[in-house]
Order: sequence, then C-alpha cells, then structure tokens
Amino acid sequence: MHPFSLSRAGDAASAIAAHAQDATLAFIAGGTDLLGLIKDRALLPQRLLDINSLPDLARIEALTDGGLRIGALARMSDVAADAGVRRRFPVIAEALLFAASGQLRNMATIGGNILQRTRCPYFRDGDDLPCNKRRPGSGCAALHGLNRSHAIFGWSQDCVATHASDVAVAFAALDARVIVRGRAGERSIPFADFHRLPGDTPQRDTALERGDLIVAVEVPAAEEARASHYLKVRDRQSYEFALVSAAVAVATDGRRIRSARLALGGVAHKPWRLSAAERALRGLSLDDVEALKPAIATSFADARPLAHNGFKVELARRVVLRALQTAGGRA
Amino acid sequence: MRTRTKPALNVPSDAVHPAPLSIRVIVNGQPRTIAVEPRTTLLEALREGLALTGTKKGCDRGECGACTVHLDGRRVLSCMTLAAMQDGRRITTIEGLAKDGRLHPLQAAFIERDGFQCGFCTSGQIMSAIAVIEEAKAGWPSAATVDVARPFTAADLTTTEIRERMSGNLCRCACYPNIVDAIADAAETG
Repeated sequence: MHPFSLSRAGDAASAIAAHAQDATLAFIAGGTDLLGLIKDRALLPQRLLDINSLPDLARIEALTDGGLRIGALARMSDVAADAGVRRRFPVIAEALLFAASGQLRNMATIGGNILQRTRCPYFRDGDDLPCNKRRPGSGCAALHGLNRSHAIFGWSQDCVATHASDVAVAFAALDARVIVRGRAGERSIPFADFHRLPGDTPQRDTALERGDLIVAVEVPAAEEARASHYLKVRDRQSYEFALVSAAVAVATDGRRIRSARLALGGVAHKPWRLSAAERALRGLSLDDVEALKPAIATSFADARPLAHNGFKVELARRVVLRALQTAGGRA
Repeated sequence: MRTRTKPALNVPSDAVHPAPLSIRVIVNGQPRTIAVEPRTTLLEALREGLALTGTKKGCDRGECGACTVHLDGRRVLSCMTLAAMQDGRRITTIEGLAKDGRLHPLQAAFIERDGFQCGFCTSGQIMSAIAVIEEAKAGWPSAATVDVARPFTAADLTTTEIRERMSGNLCRCACYPNIVDAIADAAETG
C-alpha cells in the first residue's frame, strides 16, 4: 500500500485546522472506503488523521421535536440496530442493512458512508484509465465504454458515474441535513445540496471544503417517515451495490396518498429526488396501479440513458411503484 | 549524505519512509506488542508480526471475508483495518477459539456438518458465524428481516437470515448449504 503517516486527532478544532492547511491530509474513521481507494491508487494522501476518538460524534439521538440526530462516527450497524430508528424511520435502517456486509457495517461510519466515492469501474481501475474524477481533464472512459451500471439522470460529458451510498438515498427522501463544522464554525447543509452533479468538475463529489468535518446527519420529523421502505435491485441478492434503488415514505388517509417522498439510488451522481412524481401522486389511491404508473412516470421525462443502461428507466419506475406499495402497507 | 531513491511522481518525499511504530494489543487474551508501519493492516500485523496465519488474506479489498477477526468483540475485516489505529484493543482470531483443547462449538459444528472443502475461507466463516449468532441474540435485524420495526429475537434466525448475514464471507468451493447448517446447529444449541 502507498505509504502515509498517521496521527490521532485530539479535538475537533485542531483536526479542522490540520485539514484546512494541508491538502494532502485525509480524515480516517472506519477506513473501509478510504483504504480501498488507497490500495487502488485512486487516492494518495500523505497524511491520515484518525478522528475516531473525537468525543460525542458517535451518538444516535431522538430529538425532542421527533427528529433524529445521527453522529458522524456512529457505525452503520449501530444505527441499523437502533430501536428508535427502526420504528420511526424504517427506511434508514433498511437502507443500511441492504448495504455492504456485516463486517463492513461494524466498521463504516455514517459520515464516511455519505462521502464514499463512486464504484465506477473506470474510476477504481488501477491501470489509470481516462477518468475526470480521478485525473481531471483525462476524459471519461465510461461515456463510450461499458456503462450498464452508470447514470440515467444528471450526467455530463465529463462524468456518468453514480453515487454508491444507500443510506444517502433515504436521507435525501427525508430532507435530512448534514451538520458540518469548518473553519468558519458550524453550518447545516440541506441533503439536496450536499452531493453535486458532475458538470465539468466531477472530481468534486460534495459541497464540502478543505477543513470541513461532518459532525452529524439530522433527519427532521416527517409524517411520512413511519410508513417508509427501501427497495434495492442488484445483480446479486446480497452484498452488492444497487443497479437501482428507491427510498419511499408515504402518509395516507386510508388508502389515499396524502403525501409521498421518493428518491432513487443508482441512477445519478447524487441521490435523485422525484419531486414531479411526488406532486402527481397526491390524492391517488395506493390500490390504483394504473393511475400510480403515469404519476411516477412524470419524473422520468428528463431521463437520458446511455448505450448500455436503457433498462434502468423502466426498472426504476417499477422499483418506485413496488417500494410505494410496500411503504403504503405500513401506513 | 546518503542518496535517496527518487520518489514516484505523486508520492510525497516525506511519506516514502514512514517511521515504524509499535502497538500494544490483546490478542486471544494475551498482551502483545507488534512493530508496524502506519500502512500495515491488522491482517498483516497478525500474520507477519505475530505469525498467526490462521487469518487468511484473500482479496485484500474487503470483498471476500477470509480475513474476518473480532475487534473488541465485533466482527471486522482485518484487511481493511489499519493496525496502528488499534492500540489497546482486544482482538480474537481463529487461534483463540479453542479452550483447554476443546473446540469452540462453531468449530465442532463445521466439522460435524462438513462445512468446508479447501478450508481457505473457513477461519473467516467461523469468526463471522460466531458474531452472527451474537448479533441475533442482541436483536439486530438484517436485510432478510421482513419488518425491521419489530423486535428481532434469536428464534427468528432462520436459514434465510443466516444466508443473508453470512453474505460477506465467500466460499469458492461453494460449501454454503453445509456452512448454513453448521451455523443453524450452533445457534440452536448455543
């Protein structure tokens, strides 16, 4: 493995200062993505700063207003096993449980999970194929290569990669906020603004700047959260990234949809919210499949499949429909 | 002055020869000191530093599970764990399971159910399986759990649940049915 120095952060302020002044320094917590990137030479930091002993960042707290605060260092397995998360936000627990393996979930943190880099095989390729995310200006091998697993929404000529996190899709559907401490103090980033579309700077995945430390993800109370579901479709039934996934939460009057929250994974450079479909679904019956289908389809007018992933458009519509029906069954 | 090998273009000069350090950990109940580099994985430290070669290096990318060990009682992948970050922690490997010459119940169940052929994945399978049973006892749900909102009990650990919970451990000899049977036996008697 590429060599680096390693030190332990004593407090958040000094960790932030070190990160701000040294562009070759990376924070390490669970390390499950970072060490893979280093082994694949997709990232070559000179210095790692171990943030695991920073105090108070691993807590999972129910907020008094019904919301949820998940510390950045909380492990995936602890969040997924938390009784309050499972009862009040099942879509979060399910998204975590459908990701990675039992061993990795014990290691990986929530902050690191939403920061994980794309699984685009050209980005991860040790032979350093053209990839604007890995080497800006080198081109995108996936655009004209094998792009079955790539984006159908929001991609650019410079990058067609998708975001790999499952729980980020649930956070997007629930309008979570990423709480970040940086050089200018603490700020709260709406989840929709946290991950970026690739544009002509695909090397930047998120809105974070040097010196930014994620301290928590806050999920507001939502009437839809209880009746929620995460559905993930993949080439293997377990321990695989999504071809398409959907996080759905729904509030109903009887079987009639009062409001729905829908987000897709595996289709874009960020979790993809289906706002048009959310509006079109209001007032429809969960049992009226022939009305639900065109309502969901309103969010697919701007889908732009690539050479090998046209199947994702139909697959995504069906995944949303099935996830909506399962979530509705919990209402 | 000694001449240094010119570093590769993107490798910073001050990181080329990172200073070794020593860590103190409890391995299978014994306090041990291991000399490591910052980049040494826990897997390498166990195998090369302590000659505990029961833990296997398969993919070295967190994909196969052959390197599974317990860190403070939880199953983790030692190939994706930096040894230098584990100072003071408690590690259990396959070598630490047998007590007073008696096999751990999971080891006995794997033999009874013929849960292996070549054996390369077996230590990782067994370390993972022990944790699967503990996690089920602790009430952890899985992706195979129909309703995560309801409490999970050890009695809910069906073969479907075991298969899902063991999906991070690959067996290229495809002994999966016998592995699942062995774990189900141990869960029942344990």
